[in-house]
Order: sequence, then structure tokens, then C-alpha cells
Amino acid sequence: MAEALVRVEDVHKVYQRGSERIDVLKGLHLEVPAGEFLALMGPSGSGKTTLLNLIGGLDTATAGRVVVGGHDLTRASKRELARWRAEHVGFVFQFYNLLPVLTAARNVELPLLLTRLSRAERRRHVAAALELVGLADRAAHYPAQLSGGQEQRVGIARAIVTDPTLLLCDEPTGDLDRETAGEILDLLATLNARYGKTIVMVTHDPLAAERAGRVLRMDKGMLAEQAAA
Amino acid sequence: MKYFPLLWRNLWRRKVRTTFTFLSIVVAFFLFGLLMAIRNAFDVGIELAGQNRLLTIHKTTIIQQLPERYQAQIQATDGVRFVTHLTWFGGVYQDPKNFFAQMAVDPEGLLRIYPEYLIDPEQRARWIATRIGAITGAKLARRFGWKVGDKIPIKPTFWRPTDGKPETFEFDLVGTYRGDKDNVDETAFFFHHDYLMERTGDSGEVGWYVVEVEDPARADQVADAIDRQFANSSAETKTATEKAFAQSFAKQVGDTGAILAAISAVVFFVILLIAGNTMAQAVQERTSELAVLKTVGFSDGVVLLLVLGEALLLAGSAGVLGLGLVVAATPVLSRMVEAFLPIFYVPPDALALGVGFALLLGLASGGVPAYLAQRLTIVDALGKRQ
Repeated sequence: MAEALVRVEDVHKVYQRGSERIDVLKGLHLEVPAGEFLALMGPSGSGKTTLLNLIGGLDTATAGRVVVGGHDLTRASKRELARWRAEHVGFVFQFYNLLPVLTAARNVELPLLLTRLSRAERRRHVAAALELVGLADRAAHYPAQLSGGQEQRVGIARAIVTDPTLLLCDEPTGDLDRETAGEILDLLATLNARYGKTIVMVTHDPLAAERAGRVLRMDKGMLAEQAAA
Repeated sequence: MKYFPLLWRNLWRRKVRTTFTFLSIVVAFFLFGLLMAIRNAFDVGIELAGQNRLLTIHKTTIIQQLPERYQAQIQATDGVRFVTHLTWFGGVYQDPKNFFAQMAVDPEGLLRIYPEYLIDPEQRARWIATRIGAITGAKLARRFGWKVGDKIPIKPTFWRPTDGKPETFEFDLVGTYRGDKDNVDETAFFFHHDYLMERTGDSGEVGWYVVEVEDPARADQVADAIDRQFANSSAETKTATEKAFAQSFAKQVGDTGAILAAISAVVFFVILLIAGNTMAQAVQERTSELAVLKTVGFSDGVVLLLVLGEALLLAGSAGVLGLGLVVAATPVLSRMVEAFLPIFYVPPDALALGVGFALLLGLASGGVPAYLAQRLTIVDALGKRQ
């Protein structure tokens, strides 16, 4: 088995809503080897997205450790986490989250603005990313001029344009029809198989989960296998 | 610069709203420029007034005349280098609305004591030699399309000719003067005092005296010495520096600076509310987009700067455009108001102040939204969207 890219060790996440304490994650352990395509399934409120946010450095654990690629995210400052995300992680959202005022190319370029690349270099990277997702001819289109599937492809291009090691996908096909969802899953599978991207995908869709190399189920803040043990 | 497309596109996301806000700011800064030009028009007289020149007027009011014989006494006063006199004519050229200052003077005396009036030597000589000759400022000549050699008829209002000739004074325009700086009044009309006396009967009086002192530091002492000489006479005098008179006049009109500053402050406050509202809405309606920026690696500080940059871009570009428009319109506006405000332009320091205010407006209107954008947490913002 490959060395773990992601290690989640006894992680707890607690939210406080007024006087109510909500334990979203309860001592969760997880290892994701480099190059794996992992699907996380489970009912709403089981903590899938929270786990994804912790792995992506978008949120911090209440207790425990999250280590990704040797970086201990639980010890990093907000600024360090932002820089780390820019360099190592790509995010794919259910609702694409493209900026409507920017063209597809400009949307894809966003993470590159944080780098020292020249304008010409940024353009080359953007063109390559759009080519990879099959949208080279839609670079100048605005999100409103694209179909849902095309928007998600642009979202994926944005996620991979900095060539991150880890892709985190939160219901990437949740807003798409079956056929388009299949195309997006093909694309993710290609990124995993051909380009070696490690993918952690949260999904409700069993058909989507089938495309992953491993499927883990979550329930009540724990992985099902851990809960059973 | 690489963030500019992002700033620009975000700014114009709501075209109608941004356009109205943009225009509001443009109008506000245009108005600011106008107010500064008006303020400058009042202040410039004070700034230009020579510290080495005194004015001696009748103690009761400048309207009352002073004996012409005072000139020799003033000239003999210790500390006085030179003295000359001016007399208000107050006539009408064609129509009362064509107002401009006309003064009867001693030509040589006037040009000596006001070296800021520049005139061609030939025209100067011709004026001195021509009894009915007159000179005028270049702006006034341009206003009425006068050329050297023209006959200028001016009808008196309170001076009554006693020579039996037609009431209207007819002057030969023999020259035009220019100021040695842009802010010198070029709208006055000067002619021979002798000609006025000749036609109206020599009253032996003049309007007021302009006195050049040897040492500006002793101006107040010289002024006291002049007034003491005429104390308890039938025509007591009041002497002060030109600057003091200019300030006194400005105060009689009202504290224009304070009034104009108050108007500017109100305008800017209203604009601040408008621009602040635009920026607050702009940030509020795209919290999820800001969260996406943070997700892909934009730090809180960069997001703060982006929102602040947007506000600065809006206020700065609109403010500079407003100021640019008022500068561009100044030549036209100047001609429209030159009868009342002979010196009308937006001074460079007011333009710099305007640019400063525009940037301040950007910072103030974008400050709170930028702070809120900085504080935005990704999970909360995306949670609302998802």
C-alpha cells in the first residue's frame, strides 16, 4: 500500500449552536494513500463535508490531528493554511462556484494569481487545464453561457490548474443529470488514473461512489467500520 | 495589476447600481472643484495683495472721496516709497449687466505701483500720452471682443459731466495688460483721472490712495502715521495693508471658506453613504464567491485588499473624472462668471486635496465591507450557499 497522503488521527469536531453542543466528528481515524480515489458516503449530517473541510484546511479540528502531505494542518495558522491550499489542494463544489463576472479562462486563472507566474505562463497553464477538461473552445465564455456540465468542467480545471496533489470534491455530480454526471466522473477517474491525483469525493450517489477505488461510509460522525468496531 | 480584471469586473457586476454611484461621485467631485474655484476666487485677492502696499481710504467708507492734496502729505510720510490714487467710475457699457470695474487713475503711478500688470512699452507710452486713452485687462478685452484702437463708450452713473458734451464718456482703447501670473485680475478698465476731472469739473478729490512702503515689516507703523496726519480733519483716513482690506472684504461677504467647507462636508457625507451602501451590498451578495476565493488560497488579507481596492477604484476613478471635468469646464465657466469672479480656476492644491478626498472616500466606503469580507469564514459562507 502507498504511503498515506492524508492522515486523520482521532479527530473531533464540535460546533456550538447557542447552548447546544453538536459533536459532528467523534474521534475519527482515516488514512488516504497517495493516488487513491476515495468516496465518502453517508446520510446528511453524518459529517462527510466537515471531514472534507478539515482535510482541505478550510476548517480546524476541535481535537486530534489532520496531516496532509506531511503538513500538520491542525498547527497551521489561517495564513499558512491559505498558502497551503493554494499550492496543494484543488476543490470541486456541487454548485461549481464559478465567479459569474469572469470568463471560464479567468475563473480557471484565479488560483494562479497567487503565484509568481507571468501573465503568459498563467495563460499557458489555463489553456492546458481547459484542454484537459475538453473546454479549450469555451475559454472566453461566461458561466451563464455554459451548461451545468461545462461549468463543472471549468470548476475542475480551476481545481487542477496549479497541479495539486489532492483533489477534494463535494458532491461534484449532485447538480447534474445522469449522463453529464457520468462524464464528470470519467474526468475525475482520468485525473486519478492518468495524472495520479489523489481524490477524496463526498457523494450521496451510489453510482458515483462506484467509480472510486474505495468507498467509506460515515454515520454520526464516525466511519461506519470504526463505529462497528 | 493582475487583480485589476477581477476588481473591474466585480465593480461592474451591477451596472445600473454602479453607474448611479459612479455618477453621484463624479457630480460630487465636480461640485467640490467648483466650490474650490469659488473659494479660490475670494482668497486669491488676499493672497495676491501686496504686504508692501497700503490702502488709504476715507475713514467712514470707501465710497467717500479723499482730498487730492493728501497725496503729497502721504508721500512725505516717513517710510513711504511711493503713492498713487484710484477713483471708482462705476459706469455702464451698453447694458448694466455688462459689469466690470472702471477706475480713473494716474497711468504712470498705477503701472509703477502694480508691477504685476504687464503692458507693451509702446502701448504704455501711448496711454500716458493719450488723454482719453484707456487700457484694459486681456480677459475683459476678450469678453467684449475689444481690440486696440476701438472706441469704448461708457455711460456714467453718478459722475455728471459739466462740460456740455454728451454724457457718455468715449475712451480710446490704447492697450491691454496681462498679469504676470495666472491669478492676477485681468478684468479691470483704467483711464486718466485727469480726463474724469476735466469732464466733471475738478473736485480736487480722489477715491483712495495706494501706498508703497519701504519696509513691509513697518507697514502698520506707516499706516498709523498716515492716519494720524489726517486725524480730526474733515476727511479722516483709514489705512491698512491691501491684505487686511482684502480679508475684511471677504469677511463682509461672509466666511466663504467655512460656508464652502460645510457644503463640501455635507456632499461628501452623503456620497460616503451612497458609496458605502453600494460596497456593502456588493460584498453581501457575493459572500459565497469571496469564500471560494479563500478556498482556492486567497488569504484574508488579500480578500480585504480586493474589496478595498474595488472601493478605491470606484471612488478614485469617479473622483478624478469629476475633478477632470471641472478643470476641463473651467475656461467656459470662467467666462460665465468673470464679471463677478475675475479669477476663476481650480488651484492645483485643491485638485490634490480632491484626489486625497477621493481616496479617503474609497477607504471609508470600503473599510467596513472589506473588514467583513476579511472576517468571513469559508465554511459558514459556503454552508449558506450549499
